[in-house]
Amino acid sequence: MEFLVGSVWAAGLAIGIAAFGCGIGQGLGLNGAMAGISRNPEAAGKIQVNMLIGLALIESLCIYALVVAMILLFVHPAIAPAVKALG
Amino acid sequence: MEHPYLFMTSVFGIFGMEEWAAAHPHVTYMWLAMVILIVLGWLAGKSISMVPKPLQNVFEVLISGLEEFMISITGEEGRKSFPLLLTIFLFVLLGNLFGLIPGFYPPTAAINTTIALAIIAVTWSHVIGIKMHGFKYIKHFLGPVPALMPLFLVIELIGHMARVLSLTLRLFGNMMGHELVVGILLMLAGPFLVPLPIMAMGILVSLIQAIVFFLLPTMYIAGAIEEAH
Repeated sequence: MEFLVGSVWAAGLAIGIAAFGCGIGQGLGLNGAMAGISRNPEAAGKIQVNMLIGLALIESLCIYALVVAMILLFVHPAIAPAVKALG
Repeated sequence: MEHPYLFMTSVFGIFGMEEWAAAHPHVTYMWLAMVILIVLGWLAGKSISMVPKPLQNVFEVLISGLEEFMISITGEEGRKSFPLLLTIFLFVLLGNLFGLIPGFYPPTAAINTTIALAIIAVTWSHVIGIKMHGFKYIKHFLGPVPALMPLFLVIELIGHMARVLSLTLRLFGNMMGHELVVGILLMLAGPFLVPLPIMAMGILVSLIQAIVFFLLPTMYIAGAIEEAH
C-alpha cells in the first residue's frame, strides 16, 4: 500500500515538475520568436515553422515525464519485488 | 485505454479473427494505413502527366517541398535517403491522423510501432555514415582529443542509443497522451462537445510530430554525412 501511495505521489510530482521546466523553456523560445517577428514581420512564416518544431521538441521532454508517470501509475514494474520486500 | 468500438476489429470479425484483432489494434490499423498509402501512391503514380491531376498535384507538392527541405539540411548526398524518410513521414502522419477519427486507433500510439520506425531511421543514418566514410566513420564517435577517446566513445554510444529512445518515446507519448486526454475528457464531461478543443489541437500535434519524426532522422543523416572534426 505504501508503495502504491508512493507511486501516485511520484507520478503527480513528475508531471508537475516537468511541466514547470517545459513551461519556462517554451516561454523562452516563444519570447525569442515573438521578438523576432515583431522586429521583422516579413520573416514571420519561417520563424513560426521553426518555432513550432522547437516547441514540439521541448514539449517532448514533458511527454517523457508523462510516459514515466503512466508507467508509475499503471505498469508498476517494481511492484512484485516491492511486495516481496515489504512482506 | 480500451476503445468501446474499433472499426477494424469488426472488419476482421467477418473473417472470424475478432479476438486476435481486438488484442492487436495497432497491427490492424497499421495494415489499414499501409493499404491506404499503397493505393494512393499507386493511383498517383499510375498516370503521370505533364498537366497533373489533383492527386498527382498533391503528391508533387508534398514530395518536392519535403525533398527541397531535406536537401537544404543534408546537402546533395542526402537525396537517396529521401524515399525512406518520406515513407516514414507519410505513415506517421496518416497513423497520427487516425487518432482523430472515431472508432479508429492510431497505430503510432503503440510503442512497438514507434520503436520499429525509430530503429529503422537511426540504423539507416549509421548505414549512410559507414557508406560515406568507410572505417573512418568511427571518428564521429571518438571526439577531438586523442587522450579522451575511450570516454568519448562510451558517451557517444550512449548518446546514439538515446536517439532511438527519444524518437520512440516522443511519438508514442504524444499520441498516447492525446488518446488518453480525449478518453478522460469523454469519461468526465460527456460525449459531445468537450473533447473538441483537444481534437482540434490533435490535428496540429499530428502534423508537428510527423514533421519532427521526419526532421530528426534528417539531422542524424546530415550529422553522419558531414566530416568528423
